[in-house]
Amino acid sequence: MKIHINGEEKEILDGFNIAALLEELEIRPGRVVVELNRTIISREAQESTSLKEGDVLEIIHFVGGG
Amino acid sequence: MPDVFELGEKVYQSRLIVETGKYKNFEETKKAIEVSGAEIVTVAVRRVNITDPHKENLLDYLSPKKYTILPNTAGCYTADDAVRTCRLAREAGVGKMIKLEVIGDDKTLFPDVPATLEAAKILVKEGFIVLPYITDDPITAQKLQDIGCAAVMPLAAPIGSGLGIRNPYNIRIILEQATVPVIVDAGVGTASDAAIAMELGCHGVLMNTAIAGAQDPILMAEAMRLGVEAGRKAFLAGRIGKKLYATASSPLEGVLA
Repeated sequence: MKIHINGEEKEILDGFNIAALLEELEIRPGRVVVELNRTIISREAQESTSLKEGDVLEIIHFVGGG
Repeated sequence: MPDVFELGEKVYQSRLIVETGKYKNFEETKKAIEVSGAEIVTVAVRRVNITDPHKENLLDYLSPKKYTILPNTAGCYTADDAVRTCRLAREAGVGKMIKLEVIGDDKTLFPDVPATLEAAKILVKEGFIVLPYITDDPITAQKLQDIGCAAVMPLAAPIGSGLGIRNPYNIRIILEQATVPVIVDAGVGTASDAAIAMELGCHGVLMNTAIAGAQDPILMAEAMRLGVEAGRKAFLAGRIGKKLYATASSPLEGVLA
């Protein structure tokens, strides 16, 4: 199925949850925040939140900035 | 009594707040911040590069245990975007103090004041400690203070311009009516600018380019620390009045006839 991650369209396996996707992308969950279709998904809820076709996911972190 | 800086829910020794953009690398960022003595550092909220997730993370260099991490809303042009960014930042678990900036225009990077007020209202209601970046306009400062912002942060000059305090009189008016800390945010170019801000009575100074863009950022970080300290001490000491004519410093009595 296709979902959007950080503005890019990605093909992922059906039934992936957010925690599994982060692992697949090799992203450390402790340093990022995830937003699914404009709703923040807390770390605790990431494993129980399954992704579906057309989902829009934002994965953000802190960078240097002023 | 020690002179401390109360901001939000904490007390700080340093009145210099530094931002973390434009450094060569994280190592330089870390070193400059250490030397600056700053205890509050701003960071920006951005998308993770999903094609290169192994890139180092800024927080590996700036521990939230050591520093108060102050997420900003840089790059936001609407109240909605700024509020969304703050909610994401809070979820990262570094606290609820945020630097609110809603930019109105690319060229000047001046704030969009109505949008800043709108976002501030929402964020204060949601329990954020809001530090808004504003123009040096006393009316805006007053309104944001009334909304419940924890400080007001007037610009000294455009972001990254290094022009220094362009309108010290407006800053003075803002200070006169302020019931929250006034932090000069943006426009500082060199240590004397930081000292002038503090001599005016500002409670803190926030900067990025003046340090990161200097030929030697580490040395400038030290200069800024000293500039802020010197300005603060001069403010507390109470400067002499300005007069047109001389006043002799040596006694007038006992001069040889």
